[in-house]
Amino acid sequence: MKRLLSHPSLVIGLAATLVFLALGLLSLAWTPYPIEQIDIPRRYLAPSAAHWLGTDNLGRDMLSLVMAGTWTSFLVAAVAVAIGVGVGVPLGLAAAAWGGAVEWLVLRLTDFVFAFPAVIVAILITTLLGPSAVNAIIAIGIFNIPVFARVARGGALSIATLDFVAAGRLAGLGNVLIAWRHLLPNIMSLIIVQGTIQMSLGILAEAGLSYIGLGTQPPETSLGLMLREAQQVFLIHPWLTLVPGLSIVLIVIALNIAGDGLRDAIDPRLRQGNSNVLA
Amino acid sequence: MSLLEVSGLSIRFGATEAVSNVSFSLERGERFGIIGESGSGKTLTALAVTGLLPEGAAMTGSISLDGASLPASERAMARLRGKRVGMVFQEPMTALNPLMRVNDQIEESIRLNEMHGATQIEVPYLLKEVGLELRHGDRFPHQLSGGQRQRVMIAMALASRPDILIADEPTSALDLITQRKVLDLIADICTRRQMALLFISHDLKAVAALCNRVAVMHRGRLVETGRAAATFSAPQQPYTQRLVAASRFDVRPPSRPAIGDTLLEVNGITRDYRQGGMLFWADKPLRAVNAVGFSIASAECLALVGPSGCGKTTLAKIIVGLDKATTGDVRLAGTTYHGSDLPQPLRRDVSLVFQDPFGSFNPRRTIADSVGEPLRLEPELSREARQARVVEAVEAVGLNAGMLARYPHEFSGGQRQRLAIARALVTRPKLVVLDEPVSALDVSVRGEVLALLARLQADFGLTYLIISHDLDMVRAMADRVLVMDAGRIVEEGKPAQIFAEPQHRLTRDLMAARLPDVGMAPA
Amino acid sequence: MILFALRRFLGFAATLIVAALVIFWLLDLLPGDPAQFILGINATPESVARLRLQMGLDAPAHERFLGWLWGMLQGDFGQSYTQRAPVAELIWGRLGVTLPLSVLAMVISVVVGLPLGILAARRRGKLLDTAIMVTAQTGVAIPNFWFGMLLTLVFAVGLRWLPPGGFTPWNEDGWAAFRGLILPSLALALPQASILARVMRTALVDVTGQDYIRTARAKGLTMGEAVWRHGVRNALLPVLTILGLQFAYLVAGTIIVENVFYLPGLGRLIFTAILERDLILVRGATIILILAVTATMLLTDITYALVDPRLRERSTP
Repeated sequence: MKRLLSHPSLVIGLAATLVFLALGLLSLAWTPYPIEQIDIPRRYLAPSAAHWLGTDNLGRDMLSLVMAGTWTSFLVAAVAVAIGVGVGVPLGLAAAAWGGAVEWLVLRLTDFVFAFPAVIVAILITTLLGPSAVNAIIAIGIFNIPVFARVARGGALSIATLDFVAAGRLAGLGNVLIAWRHLLPNIMSLIIVQGTIQMSLGILAEAGLSYIGLGTQPPETSLGLMLREAQQVFLIHPWLTLVPGLSIVLIVIALNIAGDGLRDAIDPRLRQGNSNVLA
Repeated sequence: MSLLEVSGLSIRFGATEAVSNVSFSLERGERFGIIGESGSGKTLTALAVTGLLPEGAAMTGSISLDGASLPASERAMARLRGKRVGMVFQEPMTALNPLMRVNDQIEESIRLNEMHGATQIEVPYLLKEVGLELRHGDRFPHQLSGGQRQRVMIAMALASRPDILIADEPTSALDLITQRKVLDLIADICTRRQMALLFISHDLKAVAALCNRVAVMHRGRLVETGRAAATFSAPQQPYTQRLVAASRFDVRPPSRPAIGDTLLEVNGITRDYRQGGMLFWADKPLRAVNAVGFSIASAECLALVGPSGCGKTTLAKIIVGLDKATTGDVRLAGTTYHGSDLPQPLRRDVSLVFQDPFGSFNPRRTIADSVGEPLRLEPELSREARQARVVEAVEAVGLNAGMLARYPHEFSGGQRQRLAIARALVTRPKLVVLDEPVSALDVSVRGEVLALLARLQADFGLTYLIISHDLDMVRAMADRVLVMDAGRIVEEGKPAQIFAEPQHRLTRDLMAARLPDVGMAPA
Repeated sequence: MILFALRRFLGFAATLIVAALVIFWLLDLLPGDPAQFILGINATPESVARLRLQMGLDAPAHERFLGWLWGMLQGDFGQSYTQRAPVAELIWGRLGVTLPLSVLAMVISVVVGLPLGILAARRRGKLLDTAIMVTAQTGVAIPNFWFGMLLTLVFAVGLRWLPPGGFTPWNEDGWAAFRGLILPSLALALPQASILARVMRTALVDVTGQDYIRTARAKGLTMGEAVWRHGVRNALLPVLTILGLQFAYLVAGTIIVENVFYLPGLGRLIFTAILERDLILVRGATIILILAVTATMLLTDITYALVDPRLRERSTP
């Protein structure tokens, strides 16, 4: 733990992310103003003591919107990552442990899903089911599956050739136990790092989908949806687009820095074997 | 005036001193060898001489070439290095640019050092000098074998007609027969071109065969130096004495249980591999093991030797139950199996010790967990009984039961190999298969592990099947030797007999490739 | 090599067919009647029946699928119900905006991103490296459509150098058309260039640690020379992979950016089609997008094999 804390980028990134997460969580219980509260006479107000970030085109308090929007963005991205990990990692491990036909199938599936960027999946789903935050989660989540499957498979393959896996087979361990005892613990760090990357990509994807109307719908709010609503008036009232945009940028930077720091902190242990550089 | 003069060289990385106060000199045309194990600082010394130290290295002391100290500017140093020194490194796999043809890489070496005469003449000439053909030059590195790549490295090193050739473990990654050929090539070239040679290795026999003068390095210090023959036949320092003794493999303990009845029988085992390619374009299957048959008697130590790719590891995997034979079968104590269908109750009777101590333990699990893993094959044992077995195994290999809660990275290579042996013993097997048990270990540690193995065999009446390419180790340990080539057993016999009168062509090549023993008077 | 390209092409074709199957099946999955769905609840039974006839909905599913496939191969993507024009024509018109936009964005990101990445690697650890990496870190985090809004505010509203939106067709005024694409392609290029810079730097730094660089230096090259002559080409390999992937997603990403600038590209066509429930149009446009994505990946794979001789012999990809 102490070793992890000695990496400044990890600490800063993680701290910043947690601040935003806390703000988002807080919005579930309390926001300065209810986000549905429309107050037309008080719209387009500049930041003031009453409204720290001003009000939007319908008089809603921007700070409250940002807090609630942050939460939605995190939620969508996190559930999408959970889908990716929950389905992708077992698939990748199965491909590495069983090989043969299983691997071929998993590879073809991942190749196939890679051909469908999240936007396209979102298009298809919303045509069928209508736009919503849930559909955004599904679309982004589906795209996360092959990413994690590839990472898990790649990591597991480089470990599967090591002798201790063969030793496990000698001890009578079946493929499932091999994956669980030997492969999974050694790829955990890879998965976590990839998780932070996909998290930040998920927030950007959610923003994009909501912006074009395929994601979160009113009266809920998300950072992307705020940008959509700001689109109509941004030439005259640029503030409405600066606030949610900057929020997105800051959150994603925080996540990326945390991810980079995490990789640096964990990487030395991932390196297998001994390179005799000092001999 | 010496060609190369190193004086008081010290190299530090931050607070750690990797090389301490090393001094030596190299004369024109002389062959100087530096012997050391991993961590001795021998490679760093060579890198310091050529200005190739890694980032973060702080160097003190003086190095001079022909009396002039090394230039400070990077460019001048680079050009000097190219012109006066040729270097050959250890890993032929990664030392060549994978995207450039061999011809182009050699040509670059020539062009850089402003040779007279047209380039076209030089490259083919160099290829011929190192024993390669013109068609090899047209190829990419990945299309050549390890030995061929090393020859390319040598050709590139010679392109500028250097005065010094520095060879750092040039043959460690190659198999026995190729090793001998490359060493002979280096010796030949140095004689013909009258180049000085700085030969760095952990292999005492190679250094003894090639060099007139040697230096021994241990943990960054120069421990002993002198003429090769004298240093090896009468080493002064204790460390040098240990190294020389270790390379001689005097290991057999005096008393052993008598060799009994047949324990394992291998009958006509064949293993075919399907090669790549789509449906109709599939290549012919590769026959890794071809109708192999032999038997091992109880308490015997049988060695299986052969060049890399001969199929010995595949055969071992089948015997142990990790792979399935295409045809043929194996009989162990009355039960017949074909490899991975080795029945569960019988698996505890066969164990495998792996070659690489660094990859044979899961870094995320404690030693106790890993050593005890094979006990899953004996579900009837209680927890206490299991714990007792693990402790017993670990103590049998000379380690402390208190270490069980630690993780693999806390142990040295030698200790890890002992733990690998402990893991192999924990189910009280009858047959232990050892795949290159000491090749990945430092020379000074090998002797200890081999002595341990011999003692364990004596104490527990174990049967060994040792797989190796190291003929000296085999001669010291084995009762009988099988020689394998391209999937077939081509010769069989007692070690002394095979060494003295090899029959098959491959055996004769292997014996010829052996370097003379260290410390004995030249024949 | 030929065999390799052939295998890849077969894979590409297979992916397309399966994709078409999935799209067809999904949009066919609607509970109830597709024609009813398109026309809405208030449609008269006669208009529904007419549309069903027009869409050929009474034929069995596999016949419809094959008919659709065969039609596409001949360039017939069906007739858009809402716009009463052949889908192929509509898509083609819009591609005249989307494609040049993607290509321009890609070119800008390569021209800016790669050199910056190389520069950062060469000055590793120094101020320039940190400055470039910080900029790249920020660039990756900026949503491209938001950046588009910012660019519009600065260049169109503030400085009035470029139009804030809209698009003049190519055949009317080529230069005006081009000017209309500058801001959107800059918006798209920013995150791409940032990614490319980071990947290039990482790849180059990785390469620097390789053994063949040490060999090159042993031959007499300085570190800089060795990296330039031997390293860059090897570093380009992972960059190439990323480049291919990025272009694929760039095409998909343009449809979002078009919204900011009111460009009549493929994106707006699709969104309008979704709103108006024009299944035929959605189907056709989606398959075109997938085609663009997979074709780019195919090209990347083949180019990679052309550059890296090790891949040419491997029979399994």
